[in-house]
Amino acid sequence: MTGSFDILIVGIGGQGTILASNILGKACLIEDRHVKGAETHGMAQRGGSVESHIRIGGKFGPLIMPGQADLLISFDLLEALRYSHYLKRGGRMVVNRHLVLPTSVFTQKIAIPTEEEISGRLKKYNPCLLDADQIANEAGSVLAQNVVMLGAASGAMPLKSESLVAAVKELVPPKTIAVNTKAFDMGREFGRKC
Amino acid sequence: MERKYLLGNEAIAHAALESGVDFVSGYPGTPSSEIIDTLRVQPDRSFYIEWSVNEKVALENALAAAWCGIRALCTMKHVGLNVASDPLMTSAYTGVTGGFVIMSADDPFAHSSQNEQDSRCYAHFAKVPCLDPASVQEAHDMMRDAFPLSEEFGLPVILRPTTRICHSKGDVVLGDAVPGTRKGEFHKDPRQYVVIPAHTRILHKKLNEKQPAIKKRLVERGYNRCEIRGRIAVIASGIGASYVEELLPAGISFAKIGAYPIDEDWLEAFIKKHEKILVIEELAPEVEEQVRQVSGGIPVFGKKNGYAPYEGELSPVLVAAIMVRAGFLQKNPFSPVEPEQNLPVRPPILCAGCLHRATFFAIKKVFKDAIYPSDIGCYTLGLQLGVVDTTICMGASITVASGIAHSGDPRDVVCTIGDSTFLHTGIQGLINAVYNGANMTVVILDNRITGMTGHQPNPNTGVTASGVETPPISLDAVCRACGVTFVETVDPFDIAGTVNVLAEAKKRRGVKVIIAKQMCVIMARRAGVKRKHFAVNGDVCTGCGTCVRFGCPAIEVVDEKARITGLCSGCSVCTQLCPAGAIGPEVLK
Repeated sequence: MTGSFDILIVGIGGQGTILASNILGKACLIEDRHVKGAETHGMAQRGGSVESHIRIGGKFGPLIMPGQADLLISFDLLEALRYSHYLKRGGRMVVNRHLVLPTSVFTQKIAIPTEEEISGRLKKYNPCLLDADQIANEAGSVLAQNVVMLGAASGAMPLKSESLVAAVKELVPPKTIAVNTKAFDMGREFGRKC
Repeated sequence: MERKYLLGNEAIAHAALESGVDFVSGYPGTPSSEIIDTLRVQPDRSFYIEWSVNEKVALENALAAAWCGIRALCTMKHVGLNVASDPLMTSAYTGVTGGFVIMSADDPFAHSSQNEQDSRCYAHFAKVPCLDPASVQEAHDMMRDAFPLSEEFGLPVILRPTTRICHSKGDVVLGDAVPGTRKGEFHKDPRQYVVIPAHTRILHKKLNEKQPAIKKRLVERGYNRCEIRGRIAVIASGIGASYVEELLPAGISFAKIGAYPIDEDWLEAFIKKHEKILVIEELAPEVEEQVRQVSGGIPVFGKKNGYAPYEGELSPVLVAAIMVRAGFLQKNPFSPVEPEQNLPVRPPILCAGCLHRATFFAIKKVFKDAIYPSDIGCYTLGLQLGVVDTTICMGASITVASGIAHSGDPRDVVCTIGDSTFLHTGIQGLINAVYNGANMTVVILDNRITGMTGHQPNPNTGVTASGVETPPISLDAVCRACGVTFVETVDPFDIAGTVNVLAEAKKRRGVKVIIAKQMCVIMARRAGVKRKHFAVNGDVCTGCGTCVRFGCPAIEVVDEKARITGLCSGCSVCTQLCPAGAIGPEVLK
């Protein structure tokens, strides 16, 4: 609304959305831009739906409103659908096709959504779907899937690739810099073809 | 000076370091916990830091430090301030010599809380200054400035960020951290520190006399500022002010309230220059009430006439809607959008291998038709399992249990409480229950840590906030000292053993305590505890659903048979539940 580029990262607790948000924030500092963000904290458990808001160039509040996100990055297929209304018309959606089924579908005997069904409902957003887990594995560690996702979405961001890579190097554990840099590049390469 | 992308709480912690803080205490509570969690891991720490057992204890410790002339910070969440309100109220009378900042984080929308109370009301009640940041940068700057402000007026200062400040991030300009070098020294002065009636009456008068100067100073410092741009005006505070600033059309005046008490003369002078006023603030109508007192008939729009809600948190969409309704904005710039319907929910649930789920299972097995008071912690999620009937505040599981037990309902009363919550405010309730002869069972869910807020150590953990080893308290000995004769410790992963002890407790009268002891599964993983994973033998599984109903997130259903995923932490409970004997240790291919 005020010229900020608004990115919503969603996923499941434990998937590394907070590190991804920190990488974006750091890249903004490298480029000397303002940035605001907000995220889900609280219960130190895994498995809940989580969201990270990042407003590149943001000077006011940290929250992105429904219909306002320029870019939606989802670490899980179902979460992409849950937060799809946040995307603005013509916004970019980058989605890990990996699907973690919520325990609720088993305990409450709800119809189990299939990957095909969810991908079908997402089609109208023309998402870039990728298997971030597999790409991360190829890069050297499945834990790098969050960096793969950033790489795949990086083409849509108003940030230089070099700034993002520099931020990745600064924020990931030192021993994993090579794996994460590779994960970023492989993600970026995939995103380019999407 | 440097610029960093920081969480609000990290920025507050850094500002405390820039102020040369000498003493830090607090009790964890979302959204406040990361302040001490950041400070306690600082290298070359020159200040004292503790996780206290509760907020009253934390506040009294920090108050004493400030009496000794050193700078003290005490952190808690808004409901913690209720626990600490007793010393708070009178600390305003005694005052302080060293800077004393009470950081009480509010939680509009109750993201992770039991209510939506407003710490500004406590500041008003206690007659102490309160700072109310609208951004991460302001939270940092206000924390830094709060110590000199406290020292200038000799009063505690409340800093009250909200969830959207504590857990939001921003690029923040930081100053340099300086080591705390003050040495505390207590100067005896009974007229100041012994609040007998003869002294306290004089202290109360002195407190009241300080107020006008505080109000003026808060305007001088720029916390409360205004800009006249037209004939109508918005007055806003906290995160709401940030939302307003993004939306405000040219030609509308704006006043930002960042500190309390508000100078009425300054406020009145601003209001008088306008034809109508809109007040935007979260939680209580603290600003609005002051505005109405001095508005002199100028129309005021806010909560009190239905333009803004009392409940929940503000958002840009909501603020825009309020501005449109009150005639401060032509059109809401956000067009309404509908979320996708019929998606399975993904609420927070207890972890795979959590001791609480196993304990709740055993409780339900033994006490089928009982009343289950519970408490505040991860285990409140036992609501999903049908074993949480009440939760009101920290420590109230035991007291609610004894209250129900004395009320004539013939059913068994079985309450659950975590180890940290028991040490926080549970013990008094246990003493009371034993003393007054209640018939009830208390299950202490002992995971050795304060789990929900991010794994802070407590007296049960065997380590302090700063990582120093300390003898872990014996919950068994504490309960026996309270007069409980039936105290049994069980391993909740041993379902049969736990069921047996619960069944024994069910037979007996009086207060029975069962300590279900097993390390929090997240801590166990961090500590390197490795257990064998389990797997379902598909040929033996009958698809009966017993293990699925247990609710473990590591168990899913594929082609009508159970399957155990990589989330398995090896607690083995499902193997004990499976009637077909289909679950066993995973055989690695």
